[in-house]
Amino acid sequence: MAPNHSPAGIQEGAAGMAAIEATGLVKTFRTRKTTVKALDGIDLEVPEGSVLGLLGPNGAGKTTAVRVLTTLMAPDAGTARVLGHDVVKEADTVRALVGLSGQYAAVDELLTGRENLWMFGRLYQLSSQQAKQRAEELLDTFDLTDTADRILKTYSGGMRRRLDLAGSLIAHPKVLFLDEPTTGLDPRSRLDLWQIIRDRVSEGVTILLTTQYLEEADELADSIVVVDHGSVIARGTADELKNKVGGERIEVIVQDQDETYRALELLTAALEVTDPEATTLDKHSKRLTLPAPGGSSALVEVIRTLDGAGIRIADIGLRRPTLDDVFLTLTGHAADNVEPVSDEAAGKPAGKKVEA
Amino acid sequence: MSATDTQVKQNSSGQAVTDAGILAWRTLKRIPRTPDMLIYATIQPIMFVLLFAYVFGNAIPIPGFPGPRAYREFLMAGIFAQTMAFAVASASVGLADDMAKGLIDRFRSLPMARSAVIAGRVIGDVVFNAFVMLVMVICGFIVGWRWHKGFGQALAAFAILLLFAFAMLWVGALIGLSVSSAEVAASAGLIWLFPLTFLSNAFVPTPNLPSGLQPIAEWNPISSIVAACRHLFGNPSPFASPDGFPAQHPVWLSLIWCTAIIAVFAPLAVRKYRSSTAH
Repeated sequence: MAPNHSPAGIQEGAAGMAAIEATGLVKTFRTRKTTVKALDGIDLEVPEGSVLGLLGPNGAGKTTAVRVLTTLMAPDAGTARVLGHDVVKEADTVRALVGLSGQYAAVDELLTGRENLWMFGRLYQLSSQQAKQRAEELLDTFDLTDTADRILKTYSGGMRRRLDLAGSLIAHPKVLFLDEPTTGLDPRSRLDLWQIIRDRVSEGVTILLTTQYLEEADELADSIVVVDHGSVIARGTADELKNKVGGERIEVIVQDQDETYRALELLTAALEVTDPEATTLDKHSKRLTLPAPGGSSALVEVIRTLDGAGIRIADIGLRRPTLDDVFLTLTGHAADNVEPVSDEAAGKPAGKKVEA
Repeated sequence: MSATDTQVKQNSSGQAVTDAGILAWRTLKRIPRTPDMLIYATIQPIMFVLLFAYVFGNAIPIPGFPGPRAYREFLMAGIFAQTMAFAVASASVGLADDMAKGLIDRFRSLPMARSAVIAGRVIGDVVFNAFVMLVMVICGFIVGWRWHKGFGQALAAFAILLLFAFAMLWVGALIGLSVSSAEVAASAGLIWLFPLTFLSNAFVPTPNLPSGLQPIAEWNPISSIVAACRHLFGNPSPFASPDGFPAQHPVWLSLIWCTAIIAVFAPLAVRKYRSSTAH
């Protein structure tokens, strides 16, 4: 039985239970012409006090999963429990225990920051006085006190998102669902929001976070579930996922476009790369990458080889695989590919399926 | 499953009322902050009063009520009812907008009464319509309209008008939750109201209509509201068939229509809300 980190955990049914638990979730959407399986048998388990990053391109089923887990939508099949409560049968209880902050900042544009938080507090069944007090606390925490009496139309995207997040924290939820919390934000606001999320984690809040940004999952999540076309295609920690695509790689950009092939040939030999599939070459950007099992000693070897052959190097570096590499390897398409996927492709994912 | 201390109280009727009140507060808070909507909602009925009273008024005789002031006496109940009917648009646009912006999702994720979002919208809009009606009453007094059966009966007429607005707002709620955007909600909420209001006794006395249209116009729900108000205000109220039920029992017919509209559309709207999804 897993240790129970939450001091209040006894209230939430059996001790050591996962904060979020979903088994075999299926949800199908039918429109006039097409049938889309938004969720095709997803299993999730998020231990109390941890952060799960649900990662996938647009249309992968992330938002649908959040909608099911937050009682907004009933699954066609499968079950889900949040803090031990069934999201369908005990929807009201689940609603009182969780916070949801959506992809589109769901706050009232014509109310002020203070009015929005007061209203949400009242709807969480706080008394008027309690709601007022809670609004002040949250405005203070989220650095919104100075703008509390301005209507939201005048807020920046980052401020609006902070207020939205504040709204989801009114009832001190032990479980927080954040659906693409930083989509569309500038880098500064994104960093602010990351800090706010980290602060909640340090308070012991369990978080399920969906994102298209691999960097974000890497930064915030304890474990990551990669979804595509409604199915889980990989799960593990960021490091585990990176290990799946191999170790460090060397990236070289040569000066002269005509020399890219010769450079790749020389380096394949010098680094004793046996699998030609493991190397890449992009003639247009004059960039080649190779596996570098020796790390920095391989780097020295590459420089020596190219220098000896008279090939000039524009840039060179050793880089660890990113989750972008993971995604490409797993699905055969990049994570930031926002093109809608055709129905044919939805039937048979291009990449190989990886069981974690 | 073990009992939980954090279990919220289940939706009680008291909670439903409180939640609806909070959302009605929200609806009313928003109105002065959308001045264009506020101006549109009050200027339009005033414009109708002036146009009909001074442009069409002289061209439309009121059977059995001679004199230049008869049309203005006749007109006001029609304008009141028309304005209340157009309340449909505020509910349909408001809810469609909330849905598109994700606010409905937010409300549905809260431990609040399911009925409160629509009820709050409807109640807030009824209060706003009471304000619009006050503006129109003043406008009516200026053009020479009066009530003749005492303040009590006039008050009853205003109550019927607000009940009608309340009923029509549920129709608007259903439309707003069924369409894809606020723009569609605006046209879908209004387009059918034009034939409905013009094919009534609101602006033209039904005896002046072609005989084939007369029964339709006299049984029209809007006509029943207008006739009830004319009856209670003591304003001219000519009928093509003065012995028919609509002429004999205008107040009863107006109440039957309001009840029927609410009984059909309120459950439909609430059911639509429960199953609605934003994207």
